[in-house]
Amino acid sequence: MIEIKNLKKSFAEKTILHDVSLTMDTGKCNLIIGSSGSGKTVLMKCLVGLFAPDNGSILYDDLDMISMSVPERKELRQKIGMLFQGSALFDSMTVEQNIKFPLDMFTNIRHREKMKKVNEVLDRVNLKGANNKFPSEISGGMKKRVGIARSIVLNPKYLFCDEPNSGLDPQTSLLIDELIHDITHEYNMTTVINTHDMNSVMGMGDKVIYMYMGQKQWEGNNKELFYAKDEKLAEFIFATDFMREAKELHLQHGNKEQV
Amino acid sequence: MKFFTKFGEYLLMLKGMFSRPENPKMYWKEFMHQCVEIGIGSLPIVIIISLFLGGVTTVQTAYQLVSPLVAPSTIAQIVRDSMILELSPTVVSIVLAGVIGSKIASELGNMRISEQIDALEIMGINTKAYLIMPKIVAALLMIPLLIALSAILGIWGGRMAGDLSGILATDIFDIGLRQNFSPYNVFVSLVKAYIFAFVISSVSSYYGYFVTGGALEIGRSSTTSVVVSCILILVCDFAVAALLL
Ligand SMILES: Nc1ncnc2c1ncn2[C@@H]1O[C@H](COP(=O)(O)OP(=O)(O)OP(=O)(O)O)[C@@H](O)[C@H]1O
Ligand SMILES: [Mg+2]
Repeated sequence: MIEIKNLKKSFAEKTILHDVSLTMDTGKCNLIIGSSGSGKTVLMKCLVGLFAPDNGSILYDDLDMISMSVPERKELRQKIGMLFQGSALFDSMTVEQNIKFPLDMFTNIRHREKMKKVNEVLDRVNLKGANNKFPSEISGGMKKRVGIARSIVLNPKYLFCDEPNSGLDPQTSLLIDELIHDITHEYNMTTVINTHDMNSVMGMGDKVIYMYMGQKQWEGNNKELFYAKDEKLAEFIFATDFMREAKELHLQHGNKEQV
Repeated sequence: MKFFTKFGEYLLMLKGMFSRPENPKMYWKEFMHQCVEIGIGSLPIVIIISLFLGGVTTVQTAYQLVSPLVAPSTIAQIVRDSMILELSPTVVSIVLAGVIGSKIASELGNMRISEQIDALEIMGINTKAYLIMPKIVAALLMIPLLIALSAILGIWGGRMAGDLSGILATDIFDIGLRQNFSPYNVFVSLVKAYIFAFVISSVSSYYGYFVTGGALEIGRSSTTSVVVSCILILVCDFAVAALLL
């Protein structure tokens, strides 16, 4: 479980996060939704310690990350996997070397076992056979998937994904969502996902947090979204006709069941 | 004020490099890779400029020494001492600041902008130790070797130029080469080489590692790193000459 208390972050007088407090549950996909520029990426980078917050505390299973010593923080980070919004693959290395890198750095297992593990995760993200391509030779969606493969290769306890399926086609997107959802439950991980994809929200929102202008505006799960009274949230979620119709149908259906 | 902030940041970066490696094998691999990049990568340019520097020094020294009282073998002495003391360490380092410095700065800058450095940090790797330390150590090993090679090639180039242009025959050149040789000059040359190697690698690492902004800034900071290294090389060159000679 990750607990965030009174987190505040500003860049040069401009406050991005105002007093955010929330918890990320273990064994669940915790989704952070919100419009572009609402501070999702900044929040995630504060959580993993890439940005130092101005105020507040971040507890990883009761360990305060901010007041940790450098070696303690290093140890914690080995339990963290992160997918960046821009993938952040090492462009001097092939796909295979990228995924193998954390294994090379942090494990002493034999080469053969490393390769087995690499191919296993490559298979999970549907990229079998892309081993020897360089990041510059693959598409944006493929980079995303390699990024996911790299972040899960060490079986992290905490997984952070910044927009795992932006720029992916609906099918691959679903595949990635299912993968993240499955490994989260399988290994009982604490997973935090930034997204604006409504399919993901509906599909795997065990917990959904809606950010608005740097504040937590609403918190609940994908079922409760339909009944949420919050106006800002409703505007964000039910922005399209399609979603509004889906809501109507859901409410009718839900009422029938109740009757 | 800004200068002091930057200088402080630079010192903190150097301090941050010292930590226990997460996996010494990977650090060794990175170090070897950097040795190849820095040493082999800049070998051709060093060979070319050294030969020409020596050649030009011979021809121009002969042109300036018009007095019949000076023995022609003195030309060889002058070529030898100026190659070892000044031309090889300083001129080659300034060229290397362009070749190696801009490469280091843009490589690190690109890694910073595309969040590769952040990705390494998240894995629990000390990026200052893993990315910067091997570059500085490799530079400290390879650049003095390149400079030593340059001095040898420069003298050889001078000998050849003297012979080809008919200024002085190789046997006279060889006599001059052995006259009044002072090993202390070699020591001074090495001191310079180590200082310049450290300046080139650490300054360019600093400018690359702390890039903020976009792709445009990568180019800008790599240019700045070359300019700053060149100035520092010349300042240090003067300081060493004033202190040691
Ligand atoms: N390093 C930084 N320095 C200054 N301002 C920043 C920095 N990073 C982000 N910001 C500002 O913080 C705000 C929130 O940015 P953030 O990247 O968190 O948005 P986001 O919710 O992730 O949006 P998107 O969905 O488009 O990725 C933006 O207004 C941005 O300008
Ligand atoms: Mg973002």
